[in-house]
Amino acid sequence: MSSLIDPILVAVLLLNIFALGNSRLPSVIRVVGAQGGLLGVLPLLVHQHFGILPLGVSFLTVALKGVVIPFMLLRAMREAQIRREVEPSVGFLPSMILGAFSIGFSVLLAQELPMTKAHLGLLLVPASLSTVLVGFIMLTTRHKAISQVVGYLILENGIFIFGMLLVEAMPLMVELGVLLDLFVGIFVITIIVNHINEAFSSLDTRKLSALKE
Amino acid sequence: MAFALILFPVAMAGVAMALPWNRVRPWLIPFTGLAHLVLTVWTLRKPELQAPVGWLVLDPPGRLILFVISLMFFLCGFYTVGYLRYRGAWSNRTFTSCLLAFLGVMTLVVWSHHLGLMWVAIEATSLLTAPLIYFNRTPRSIEATWKYLLICSVGIALALLGSFFLAYASLHEGLESSLLFEDLLHLAPRLSKPWLHTAFVLLLVGYGTKMGLAPMHTWKPDAYGEAPGVVGALLAGGLTNCAFLAVLRIYHVTVAAGEQAYSGKLLIFMGLLSMLVAGIFMIGQRDLKRMLAYSSVEHMGILILGLGMGGMGAFGALLHLLNNAMTKGVLFLSAGNIRRAYDSKSIDQVSGAMRRLPLSGTLFLFGFIAITGSPPFGPFVSEFTIVTAAFQGGRTVTGALFLLFLLIVFMGMGGTVLAAVQGRPSSRSKLIPYRDSFLTGAPVAIFMALSLLLGLWIPAPLRALVDQAVHYLETRP
Repeated sequence: MSSLIDPILVAVLLLNIFALGNSRLPSVIRVVGAQGGLLGVLPLLVHQHFGILPLGVSFLTVALKGVVIPFMLLRAMREAQIRREVEPSVGFLPSMILGAFSIGFSVLLAQELPMTKAHLGLLLVPASLSTVLVGFIMLTTRHKAISQVVGYLILENGIFIFGMLLVEAMPLMVELGVLLDLFVGIFVITIIVNHINEAFSSLDTRKLSALKE
Repeated sequence: MAFALILFPVAMAGVAMALPWNRVRPWLIPFTGLAHLVLTVWTLRKPELQAPVGWLVLDPPGRLILFVISLMFFLCGFYTVGYLRYRGAWSNRTFTSCLLAFLGVMTLVVWSHHLGLMWVAIEATSLLTAPLIYFNRTPRSIEATWKYLLICSVGIALALLGSFFLAYASLHEGLESSLLFEDLLHLAPRLSKPWLHTAFVLLLVGYGTKMGLAPMHTWKPDAYGEAPGVVGALLAGGLTNCAFLAVLRIYHVTVAAGEQAYSGKLLIFMGLLSMLVAGIFMIGQRDLKRMLAYSSVEHMGILILGLGMGGMGAFGALLHLLNNAMTKGVLFLSAGNIRRAYDSKSIDQVSGAMRRLPLSGTLFLFGFIAITGSPPFGPFVSEFTIVTAAFQGGRTVTGALFLLFLLIVFMGMGGTVLAAVQGRPSSRSKLIPYRDSFLTGAPVAIFMALSLLLGLWIPAPLRALVDQAVHYLETRP
């Protein structure tokens, strides 16, 4: 089963690059949804033994990250009537290249960290670090509130990948708590996004500049 | 007792949600605060009530912080009733419920001795406080809430990654990987060093964001500036202390691992940087509440600095945590009163606050004198302890920088505060009917009295709490 892990991670990394290079918000949201859905399958492959509980967590992850959260974001986007990201402070092509570089950088970084025998040669750590970095690129270079939320989701996905090394150690309750916090967090954020749109008639976070020194 | 302390406020939040009377609902806050405080004091006096339940353990630093949070919430609760009465027609359903649930979740942070559970609880505090910051529904408060949510969520996400790294540090050495602090402290000397170091940096950055340490403090002036004063007080004296507790526990693991030299240095550096950045932004600051936010950045820096020095420095830091909370109560609550009396929080409009609001204006001035470390108030004692610890420990440069930054802060803050309290009130402000009332005045006066009391004499049970916490930090389990 674990032979499937690396192909999934490669797909996740490709989706990262795709998300960085796309200006259409609906596609970016769907990309991050697909990424979340793919990742939801990982716990099943990593777990040594099947049980009803890991299956439940996996199902919840796929449902939340793959369906519910993208749906919430798509709805917020439709209500705000925006479809495209404006030209980011680092262009789409340069940020794609940055994203590609982040993979190489993460591979180098991961080599510095000692791994246990069981995890040697797995892509989990570089994929996790690279996804975290891509999340940061999205968060810092994009101007639309929705894109920044997508950046946060990608960052969260990167951390989720690292969590796969610890599935045996991570109690179920904590995993559920993390998922719940993520869901409620996105829920609250979409409400705020709506209010930003009403108050500023735009989702461009550059308009949020009244508060500064 | 753990469950009672955590679940009671959450249950009351449910009651507040269901209660239809807008005028009665706020009274749930001081009522819950009182019950929580009584239960807390009772628990602290009876060790058998502190028995661990699963992952819920009350360690000695937790005891101190639980008491501080409970006391802060109780006093702020009365003020909130007065504040919400002033806001009259506004529905306070969400505000009251979130505030009550916030108390429950903060208590959970204190009790949870599991890295994962603590993370979940701290993230929940971000989500529950977002509606509190947004209470005024102005475009500026939306902006503040957005920045708060995004920056804190990203910071907290890094803390989660750090928690995973810490768990992997034990897994790597072929040990049973665990996120329980007891196990981590026990295994600490055998943890994989590269993973432990990286984990510490990530956790410090993550929970440091929540504490508001520079350079991750950027949400703080916005959020504290736009939130109601009482929310600012609870964030600066309650929530930031919870985040500090998280940093303290992780630092404790590194100390147990024999890595104090590494982690202590980082803490001292972050502490000094926070003090410097806060001082720079306080000079010429025209907005009273933003000034208080930078003061909070400064004092979080002082806490982390003292902690990083260990020994007497850690004693000073934990004492300062208490002093800072009480004095921040004075400052934020009186600043809220001043803002309402002038309909502004900028010194372009605010002047002569001591004449316009004799009680709040005077307390604001005394709060400033206390927080900048002048005798005979509490913060003087704790800051003096930290400075003495620095010089006695041979950290001359640290001690000198500490004093220099305190001086910068004193001058920066002094200019703004004196401009606000001295002089004559503008004719425009006299048209606003707002006056000091019992509910919005008495809690401020009590905070001030406590801050003064702590400077003159520390009650024996409190001293014991601080002593035990320091002792706990220094001994291996």
